[in-house]
Amino acid sequence: MEKFISHTGSALPLKRSNVDTDQIIPAVYLKRVTRSGFEDGLFAAWRSDPEFVLNKPEYSKASILVAGADFGTGSSREHAVWALQNYGFKVVISSRFADIFRGNSLKAGLLTVILGQSDVEALWSAIEEEPSLEIKVDLDTRLVSYKNQAISFDLDDYTRWRLMEGLDDIGLTLRKIDEVENFEEKRAKYKPKTLPVLS
Amino acid sequence: MAKTLAEKVWDDHLVRSASGEPDLLYIDLHLIHEVTSPQAFDGLRLANRAVRRPDLTIATEDHNVPTLNIDKPIADPVSRLQVDTLRKNCQEFGIRLHSLGDVEQGIVHVVGPQLGLTQPGMTIVCGDSHTSTHGAFGALAFGIGTSEVEHVLATQTLPLSRPKTMAINVEGSLKPGVTSKDIILAIIAKIGTGGGQGYILEYRGSAIRALSMEARMTICNMSIEAGARAGLIAPDETTFAYLKDRPHAPKGEDWQRALAYWSGLKSDSDAKFDKEITLDADQLSPFVTWGTNPGQGIALDGVIPNPQDFTDPEEVSAAERALVYMDLKAGTPMKKIKIDTVFLGSCTNGRIEDLRAAAEIIKGKKVASDIRMMVVPGSARVRLQAEAEGLDKLFLEAGAEWRSAGCSMCLGMNPDQLAPGERSASTSNRNFEGRQGKGGRTHLVSPLVAAATAIRGTLSSPADL
Repeated sequence: MEKFISHTGSALPLKRSNVDTDQIIPAVYLKRVTRSGFEDGLFAAWRSDPEFVLNKPEYSKASILVAGADFGTGSSREHAVWALQNYGFKVVISSRFADIFRGNSLKAGLLTVILGQSDVEALWSAIEEEPSLEIKVDLDTRLVSYKNQAISFDLDDYTRWRLMEGLDDIGLTLRKIDEVENFEEKRAKYKPKTLPVLS
Repeated sequence: MAKTLAEKVWDDHLVRSASGEPDLLYIDLHLIHEVTSPQAFDGLRLANRAVRRPDLTIATEDHNVPTLNIDKPIADPVSRLQVDTLRKNCQEFGIRLHSLGDVEQGIVHVVGPQLGLTQPGMTIVCGDSHTSTHGAFGALAFGIGTSEVEHVLATQTLPLSRPKTMAINVEGSLKPGVTSKDIILAIIAKIGTGGGQGYILEYRGSAIRALSMEARMTICNMSIEAGARAGLIAPDETTFAYLKDRPHAPKGEDWQRALAYWSGLKSDSDAKFDKEITLDADQLSPFVTWGTNPGQGIALDGVIPNPQDFTDPEEVSAAERALVYMDLKAGTPMKKIKIDTVFLGSCTNGRIEDLRAAAEIIKGKKVASDIRMMVVPGSARVRLQAEAEGLDKLFLEAGAEWRSAGCSMCLGMNPDQLAPGERSASTSNRNFEGRQGKGGRTHLVSPLVAAATAIRGTLSSPADL
């Protein structure tokens, strides 16, 4: 995974709450067997409206999405994270993320930042006033900064370290595989196995 | 120290717990389907890694498959490639797969329980958010993304932060015509789609104890719609009776050993939940959704709420948007809403008891002439069972369609979809914009309401017939 230390870019205000994963990428776009090419499905239904914020030229360079509360509810599809990344987003800011979406984003290297709703609304106003406004999201200092503002955000130390080092989660677990083996030796023998097939 | 059920299951699966890092949890069962697994298998190949425990892994084809003409090649080449990719991956990595046409094929969350692979006290994951279904057995079961699918394939573990726990007490008894679907829709309306974020829900109380296993699965299934990754119910005699003699349930002395462990799987009487809410089952009536998230629900006897009546400005704007999308007006009685398509099926309500309950209503009656009703069993086994009981004939004689097993119209991915502007009464789990097909409008309902609606053409309960 690519290291994430800090990102500076302009942002796009998505002033809607409960943006579910079916809106981020509808199921018909989930048929690919690769990790790339999902950008065409991003907000596919909403994008057919020329007035939709993603279609506005002033936000065409945005790499930070600032969304309403409960972003990413619904399905566990990691394709929602990939669609945002494939389109060019590096960061999503919201006051609340759905649990699975949040987990997926931090595994895949899309930084999801939780700010208070009033901070999110202040950001929306600042972006609408100046769409090219530069916003810096820094994982080292855990700060979102723009103009003379600097807002701190929480992210647990472990995830922050993993993102900043660009570490492969599976590799980290495989280092502890002897502990997994020890656990397996003690597992109850009556626990079910899928093989051989019984009927 | 006193523990909740969720904490007990969590602690019994700790491979490693150290400060400053997430807990490492062992996974007892990994369910796989065609949509969220191809990239995970690619990752394994790239890193030259094997599947650690093929014997704890099982795959089925459900999301992206047709429910008609299943003996023919899948018509859409992109869908076909995805299904073929699953078949190749399962063969390469030695994973058991139930393909289209196989007697054990079906929706992954229907297949696991019916095979007896879902058992109390297990950790169960799948690249699908409705994995919470398996919590009905007192298992800790939750949906994961594709990166996590790859992690489980490679290590049979997952690093996770310990969630908080919430007790949802449902006391009393349900009135006739009220089902577990109405319970969960009422819970979601009460706590909201974000109410369960960060929690594992435990459903408790006399109304829950009185439910069958299948009815419990319907409740746990929609935990995710309340924002919770997992929801569970303590196992009891109902659970053990369901499991006994299932193909993969423990046998002989193993059954006794398992039973001894399972019997201790309940929250201690002095265990402390981080949050607790209570619902009165006697007060519940058939419940349906009017909006575009599962929290936007109301009693079927009610009227569409006025967005201005909500206090939270976010809810006001969400309700306004939802009414525009749904083409509905505040104040309209729910029962005046005209439906085009009735969908009976999905991992929420596609089991044999759901089909029986709907068939009982439909029996000897006709689906309204301008209604399309699709009945889609949750698995090939459910379909066979229903046919053995003659339910297929009851549906067909009423004018409904009788399909093969799959996720079907729940998610607008396979050929079963709503047309733009079309309105459904659906026993599935999500009423998001376009969920059942671009521009489609969804009202979530119980199987009983689905059947009554199919006959009358407008949202109805069996009492209206």
